[in-house]
Amino acid sequence: MTAAVASLTVLETGPLTTVQDAGRFGQGALGIGRSGACDRAAYRLANRMVGNVDGAAVLEVTFGGLVLRADADVVLVTTGARSAGMPHNAPLTLAAGEQLVLRPPVTGARTYLAVRGGIDVPEVLGSRSTDLLAGLGPDVIAAGDRLPVGRSFGPMPGVDVAAVREPEAGEVVVQVQPGPRREWFTDDSWEMLLNQPYSVTAQSNRVGLRLDGVPLERVNTGELSSEGMVRGALQIPLSGTPVLFLADHPITGGYPVIGYVVDDDVDRCGQLRTGQTLRFTTRRLNH
Amino acid sequence: MRVLPSGSNALLIELDDLDQVLAMYTAVREECLSGVIDIVPAARTVLLVIDTAATDLGEVARAVLQLRPRPERRATGQLVEIPVTYDGEDLDEVGSLLGCDADEVVRRHAGETWTVAFCGFAPGFGYLSGASGGWDVPRQSSPRTTVPPGSVALAGEFSGIYPRSSPGGWQLIGHTELDVFDLQRDPPALLRPGTPVHFVEVGRA
Repeated sequence: MTAAVASLTVLETGPLTTVQDAGRFGQGALGIGRSGACDRAAYRLANRMVGNVDGAAVLEVTFGGLVLRADADVVLVTTGARSAGMPHNAPLTLAAGEQLVLRPPVTGARTYLAVRGGIDVPEVLGSRSTDLLAGLGPDVIAAGDRLPVGRSFGPMPGVDVAAVREPEAGEVVVQVQPGPRREWFTDDSWEMLLNQPYSVTAQSNRVGLRLDGVPLERVNTGELSSEGMVRGALQIPLSGTPVLFLADHPITGGYPVIGYVVDDDVDRCGQLRTGQTLRFTTRRLNH
Repeated sequence: MRVLPSGSNALLIELDDLDQVLAMYTAVREECLSGVIDIVPAARTVLLVIDTAATDLGEVARAVLQLRPRPERRATGQLVEIPVTYDGEDLDEVGSLLGCDADEVVRRHAGETWTVAFCGFAPGFGYLSGASGGWDVPRQSSPRTTVPPGSVALAGEFSGIYPRSSPGGWQLIGHTELDVFDLQRDPPALLRPGTPVHFVEVGRA
């Protein structure tokens, strides 16, 4: 940790704010998952917009509600889910003593707030990400926290606004590929996966999206030995309705994976809210 | 052996048994296959997570098929001794499941040579496999909501130690004061795939 040159004081938090970076790498064999930002594209953009080094830590703010005060002049940016009433995908300066209020987003679920220099809390096992399932990394952000800002950054990119697509409202379509246990399911089940709308339930979180729909039927009803899992896995528990794994997914799982959402599309899944509809297709999508 | 794609950036190597898993895990690690950024061994599989900016799945799959597994390298690393007080709530039940009494369970558990087959469930939780076999213990029919940290337990063909308090369905046979996952220690995890383990009886209920 470098000596902090500035800090941000948290005055209020919304439903959930955590520190996230690119995650922990190469420790799966020790039972330690990657974690990191749920929407990796928005996370990377946030760091780029303020000239941060790759892998710098940011705040992942779920459904807004965060109120911060700058303790010195800082440059910051928000990406991902847009908070109404303030610049978005565009760097801004917050002067010492000024406050920033993140309102609940109009579309999407997760806003990324990067400050130039990065959130400089101590690393745990090589990352500043909070892994909620494993209980690793910094504590969930609470009112009263003082977050140190680092001094590691490059030149500002000289871009005022990044023209990127915003998180979608309504129905979202993502590309899937057959998973390693596709053959455990009937062909009808595979067709049903592709032809029905799934609804995102309130039991969804950083571990995964729990989806509601018509249950899928298995051909093989045997027990699967636990095997390694990757983000984007569509695991089918006994209920027959999928769980789509996000950043804090378990390292191994004992239910068959019928398919995988392709990696880039998982970022979009990380922006889905309760009640939104998700559809799967095998077609390649152009975004 | 089968090599199955697992999404856009991972391969799942399917094997026949734990010994093959450990042999493959060792081979992949020692060969340092290019583009492989994480390896997750499990009971019958080894998952390889791949940096698709550096290589592609087909390339890694071909390299895997040419690997020579290292069956002689089942156990690697320093023996870890775990002091156990055999006072678990399920000790008698485990005895009846295995067709013996509690004393015999303790004698066999402490006399067995265990190897960490893989980790998962929680950071530092090792699935230990016994060399002599014969461990086949069904889980609790309904998991406990809280298992205390340090609990020594059995389930299926494995023994394990709960690193922290969590829900759990394994049969509890004792506890240890040894911290198997300690962030103040480097490395924090005492048990890693291939580590040989002995349980040493230090007390009874």
